Amino acid sequence: MAGKEDLKLLGLLVSPFVIRVRMALSMKGLNYEYVEEDIFNKSELLIKLNPVHKKVPVLIHNGKPICESLVIVQYVDELFAGRAILPTDPYERATALFWAAYIEDKLSPAWIGILKAKAEEERAEKVKETLAAIEHVEVAFAKCSNGNAFFGGDSIGYFDIVLGSFLFWFEALRRMYGLEIINTSKTPLLAAWAERFRGSVEAKEVVPEADKAVQYANKLHAATAAAVKLVSSE
Amino acid sequence: MAGGDDLKLLGMWASPFVLRVKLALSLKGLSYEYVEEDLRDKSELLVKSNPVHKKVPVLIHNGKPVSESLIILQCIDEAFAGTGPSLLPADPYERAIARFWAAYIDDKMLPALNQSAMGKTEEERAEGKQQSLVTVETLEGALRDCGKGKPFFGGDSAGYVDVVLGGLLGWVRASDELHGVKPFDPERTPLLAAWSERFGALEAVEPVMPDVSRLVEFGKMLKARLAAPPAAGASN
Repeated sequence: MAGKEDLKLLGLLVSPFVIRVRMALSMKGLNYEYVEEDIFNKSELLIKLNPVHKKVPVLIHNGKPICESLVIVQYVDELFAGRAILPTDPYERATALFWAAYIEDKLSPAWIGILKAKAEEERAEKVKETLAAIEHVEVAFAKCSNGNAFFGGDSIGYFDIVLGSFLFWFEALRRMYGLEIINTSKTPLLAAWAERFRGSVEAKEVVPEADKAVQYANKLHAATAAAVKLVSSE
Repeated sequence: MAGGDDLKLLGMWASPFVLRVKLALSLKGLSYEYVEEDLRDKSELLVKSNPVHKKVPVLIHNGKPVSESLIILQCIDEAFAGTGPSLLPADPYERAIARFWAAYIDDKMLPALNQSAMGKTEEERAEGKQQSLVTVETLEGALRDCGKGKPFFGGDSAGYVDVVLGGLLGWVRASDELHGVKPFDPERTPLLAAWSERFGALEAVEPVMPDVSRLVEFGKMLKARLAAPPAAGASN
């Protein structure tokens, strides 16, 4: 296929959802213009292109916006030739989609809950949920990987990027709260997989240092505290 | 694919998620064995087929189980690409739009509708009602903008989003009698109101829809159960 595709990605360097899309684009060997959004001051373009959620990532392909990270990843996989991100067999696809949905429904809200918790008790509750979810994922890895290095086989695939995009945040939470979401004793398979993921070419390209996540969390907490102060001073 | 595709659906008659799968199978003209589950006494097969969530629907295709209604729909569409109409559009961009709205229905609209009916406090239910109005109006906008005057979200014929939303139709119809609320109010959301009539009347849809009066009775029972103090040892 000749010619360039007009691809632009509205994102946030520390967003796992954005990282998934960047990894997918990279796996397909696609070039794109990257625009870093200030989440605390969203651009008109972002609001115009994702009026429903006003969130990143938004992929703009030949002027048309696509929103929601998992939808974007599937779009990129279906449209562009090259390395397959999702498995080709319908049943294996269903399994990969199932576990991605599990991450979105159970792990992602728990992680956000840990970050946004206003009290220690709340945070402890969310940590419990996160650990429970990760245990299920450890079992899934044992079943799905079939002894391979990654969920999808011997190279990174769909579910690897869906979960892997959170890893630097897990490290950030360890630095902030002493939490060990994946550890070598309770989740040995995931711990080994995480090492491999982190060391991969695909991840090294787009996954930031955990410190960036810590900085972002601090900024988020400061902004929330300021907002609370504003409200309570009215 | 050789003949004799073995399809078995584990379901529950009142579940909107199960209904989605029934609708998809019906639209594609696929036959299957249906197994009604007692959710208070789940079968071994269900627990074995969906150990993570232990929920219906589960579609078992040639012995392999698939869970989560949206995933089942996509799996059916892919595995039976040659049988009956396609649920998802052929164009990748339109597929992305369809998946976006399906996710919206499940992530934003459904929880709001749920909360407006089953919220534990008056306040929670009121918040749910407010959110429901917002999300339903957004969906009305989607039908208007993406539908472009066509009868269905999928265009001239029913597709993925129609099925995803269609699964809720039984409860939408029951809602008026149960809660005094019309989620697809013809005055506020005329396109959705017209769509529900149109979708409900489809030859492949009408016979699969649950009986509304039965849903109303079931809904009343659920509400009563919610209001009553929890029984000792009640299971989920």
